[in-house]
Amino acid sequence: MEPVDLDLEEGELELPSEPMHLNMGPSHPAMHGTVRIVLELSGETITKADVQIGYLHRGFEKMCERGTWTQVFPYADRLNYVSPMLNNVGFALAVEKMCGLEVPERCQWYRMILGELARISDHLTCDAAMAMELGAITPFLWLMKGREMVWDILEEETGARLTHSFGRIGGMAKPPTDGLKEMVRGSLPKILHLVEEAEAMLLKNRIFLDRLENIGVISAADAMALGWTGPCLRSTGAAYDIRKAHPYLKYDEVDFEVPVGTRGDTLDRFLVRLGEIRQSAKILLQCADRLPESGPVNCDDPRYVLPDKNDVYTTIEGTIQHFKLVMEGAKVPAGEAYSYTEGGNGELGFYLVSDGTGTPHRVRIRPPCFAITQGLEKLVTNRMLSDIIPTFGSLNMIGGECDH
Amino acid sequence: MSQLALDKLKAKFGAAVVETHSQFGDDTAVVEPGVWRAAAEFLRDDPALDFNLFVDLCAVDFPKRVPRFEVVLHVYSFARRQRVRLKTRVGDEEGEGCEVDSLVPVWTGANWFERETFDMMGIVFQGHPDLRRILLYPEFVGHPLRKDYPAQKTQPLVAYRTEEEAGTILDKLAPFGGDEGMAFGRKFYLPKDGN
Repeated sequence: MEPVDLDLEEGELELPSEPMHLNMGPSHPAMHGTVRIVLELSGETITKADVQIGYLHRGFEKMCERGTWTQVFPYADRLNYVSPMLNNVGFALAVEKMCGLEVPERCQWYRMILGELARISDHLTCDAAMAMELGAITPFLWLMKGREMVWDILEEETGARLTHSFGRIGGMAKPPTDGLKEMVRGSLPKILHLVEEAEAMLLKNRIFLDRLENIGVISAADAMALGWTGPCLRSTGAAYDIRKAHPYLKYDEVDFEVPVGTRGDTLDRFLVRLGEIRQSAKILLQCADRLPESGPVNCDDPRYVLPDKNDVYTTIEGTIQHFKLVMEGAKVPAGEAYSYTEGGNGELGFYLVSDGTGTPHRVRIRPPCFAITQGLEKLVTNRMLSDIIPTFGSLNMIGGECDH
Repeated sequence: MSQLALDKLKAKFGAAVVETHSQFGDDTAVVEPGVWRAAAEFLRDDPALDFNLFVDLCAVDFPKRVPRFEVVLHVYSFARRQRVRLKTRVGDEEGEGCEVDSLVPVWTGANWFERETFDMMGIVFQGHPDLRRILLYPEFVGHPLRKDYPAQKTQPLVAYRTEEEAGTILDKLAPFGGDEGMAFGRKFYLPKDGN
């Protein structure tokens, strides 16, 4: 082959220097969900990133305006499908705020147990997937084993592994099962042991640490202006946890700490989630001790809460009440309310507008990872291409939540 | 929630604060669209308020009211642990003229939320650096969260097969018909042409 006869002056560029465009996604093996990042690269450095979401948009805010208030629960399940119970409880609390209901004590503890289990499942999934995307398959499998134990409990309680649709206005669909406390007390040490083993494998691994440390750094002020909440905000050192700052349910009666990071980098986000798994376990044990053995789970308010099945089939009042609630829906007082709870990724807000009928006028969901994902562009610009994988993994974008 | 924020807003902007209320304990101020950005900047910069955490921005459609849309902002003060809701009303009955200043210069987090509100409700945020659709595709026509957008309408990027192409009868209706078999308590906003 003839050598290319180029008479280049010294210092003259041989390669074209215009930026290269790269489409990452929408379906990419190292991507957390269906998301597309259009990158402009100079060599391996990202000069511009455009994060495009919406591939999982199902328009459920529109759908919520067509059913009754209770029919929103299945949609709420599919928001953050890794911790659906937190969404269920969040929406139930929002409607109860408008109705002026307070659920019985037993239900509050029960909701906390289910919610914290869901939070453990959420954080396990995020950290596991992030490790896997960096090539660590074994910790991924161990953490998934832990998540499986959580889902076994939830399946036993609700009948479904993932989409429970278990919340109701003014209570839960069913009372806790008899074996709940034993299941929680029995599974938690096993889950924590798996977390410990996975952690030992990852956090003593030079490659893993090198890829996380000082990558995707953000300051607390920037994170707040972007609307970050949850573990991602706490990794910057800002200890904003709604369970502590504005306690709901019985969070003011349990003893737990809020893990925070110091640098706001990817490693801190990873560690904050591991810390929160341990704190959730601590909360769960306290809840299991304090969950009353008997007592009502649902509020006694015929305007919003379905009657007992026995009454429905034996009394005319019960039948009518059931019919009215199912066909017309619970009539939530007119007005607007914003209710917020600590979801898996941060502040999960529901802004509800009611016109006093059985159908919501507007259900606005404030998904925590929508705000977090928009920060990705800032985190990866001027970084290397390979930094996208751990950075994006640590943000824990959940398509269902982010894309509505 | 923050009663102080409402008092300070009223003192600073006077008649431009149309209305305040604290229903369900959520302190709310409704301002004129003209002072939308100034009010937001005031909430962020006043040392006694310090609303530095951007929470949410969305819009609500009230088809029978004029102005038709409410743009709703929620912000939180990390240091003072308080929240406030700021609203403004824009748009005429036909859904035209829904223009309001962008809040991206105030909180960078408003960027995607404003894009989403534009996408879903058709509110135009003036001064937004990159106002394009975010959840839907660029070819999409209309704004689906408006009440006059029919919920069962589809806009496929690739056209559906016609019955001739398929060689069979295609039933595109929802399994239980347009009202999904549950006509009680439902509200329907039909498009203006009456179809």
